[in-house]
Amino acid sequence: MNKVGTLEQALARVRDGSTIMMGGFGLCGIPENLVRALAQSGQKNLTIISNNAGVDSAGIGLLIKSGQVRKMISSYIGENKMLEARVISGEIDVELNPQGTLAERIRCGGAGIAAFFTPTGVGTLVAEGKEVREFDGRLYVMERALRAEVAFVKAYQADHHGNLVYRKTTRNFNPVMATAADFVVAEVEEIVPAGSLATENIVTPSVFVDMVIKGEQYEKRIEKRVYREKSGAGA
Amino acid sequence: MSWSREEQARRAGAELKDGDIVNLGIGLPTEVANYVPRGIQVMFHSENGLLGMGPFPYEDELDPQIINAGKQTVTLAPGASLFDSALSFAMIRGGHVDVAILGGLEVAQNGDLANWMIPGKMVTGMGGAMDLAGGAKKTLVMQTHTSKTGESKLMDRLSLPPTALGCVNRVITELGVFDCCGDHFLCLELAPGVSREEAVARTKGELRFAG
Repeated sequence: MNKVGTLEQALARVRDGSTIMMGGFGLCGIPENLVRALAQSGQKNLTIISNNAGVDSAGIGLLIKSGQVRKMISSYIGENKMLEARVISGEIDVELNPQGTLAERIRCGGAGIAAFFTPTGVGTLVAEGKEVREFDGRLYVMERALRAEVAFVKAYQADHHGNLVYRKTTRNFNPVMATAADFVVAEVEEIVPAGSLATENIVTPSVFVDMVIKGEQYEKRIEKRVYREKSGAGA
Repeated sequence: MSWSREEQARRAGAELKDGDIVNLGIGLPTEVANYVPRGIQVMFHSENGLLGMGPFPYEDELDPQIINAGKQTVTLAPGASLFDSALSFAMIRGGHVDVAILGGLEVAQNGDLANWMIPGKMVTGMGGAMDLAGGAKKTLVMQTHTSKTGESKLMDRLSLPPTALGCVNRVITELGVFDCCGDHFLCLELAPGVSREEAVARTKGELRFAG
């Protein structure tokens, strides 16, 4: 089994109006080669499901800038200033979800669960128009599962079958998104032969991945560069 | 006189107990990591998928692949573990996080918290705040006691849209430490030089005093 494909083959899965999940937390663990290529591709009216919206000049910000996004489904978009203007002008819709609700909606979308009840959001704007039910004396709001036509996820390594391993905190939304789309593309830094990943370390099993592509250029931009001095002062 | 931001952070640090799993919000709560009392060990949880967050790196250790929920570069402490967002929020909603220390815009005496939106301004999103406020076993809020224009932020009831209802146990402001007791705030401690009269005058909810 060999799922290795090209950027062009991956982008051919996206049409005008497609709903696309994109992994990453801020700029950490984003499928940056796929996003850059999509920003050159011209597909429009996209709905992007991603925790954040990148910054003005990187990540999903590139798609906002190019005018390809119709709707964002996210939990926090404060780092993208350009998006603000486009939301106010009505060019882009934003649906904000509590971060845990977003993650669980995607998890359920991939796990065959239609909806779930969570205490998060009860009594807030998030619960408006949704069923609220009491279980054992506590109130919960019903949230629906979320799926997409295409998911672009980022992992560190893949084997030819599409098994994935991740580095450090780049994991974030990537593994759940890999379960919840009709066609899943994993962008990785290295593609290795089947059998060469330590089996116990595989986080996303190959069954969830339809195509693997090797990213050719990684910027891995740091969004908030914070460090301490060797003297021990500061933090 | 009232507490400085550093003193507020030190006072919040004193709330931590040995073995606690602690999630720190963005801004002032992040500073609490510098004030863990001597002799105890806590594990910091960061909702982007890290349990066991270490201090900020030295410049030559900077790694774009290790960040906290504020997108700042951090390090992995000994005993750290890494996981995806769904599991991270299972920890939070499932009651596995002992203490969340969050920033606030308003807290009501019944424990309602507002910290995610101001109507009429650009709404940037709640991130993990709604899950954290309601999911942690104990929720502490660090905020200023009054707004820049002098309006109280410790309220009888919220004026801003809530983040979560009845979730806040304790508020630490520059004036002191206050528990949310349902129909009143209970002042446990005042910062040096702050009088009861001043605290009452600057609190919109009902304020009572311990002892």
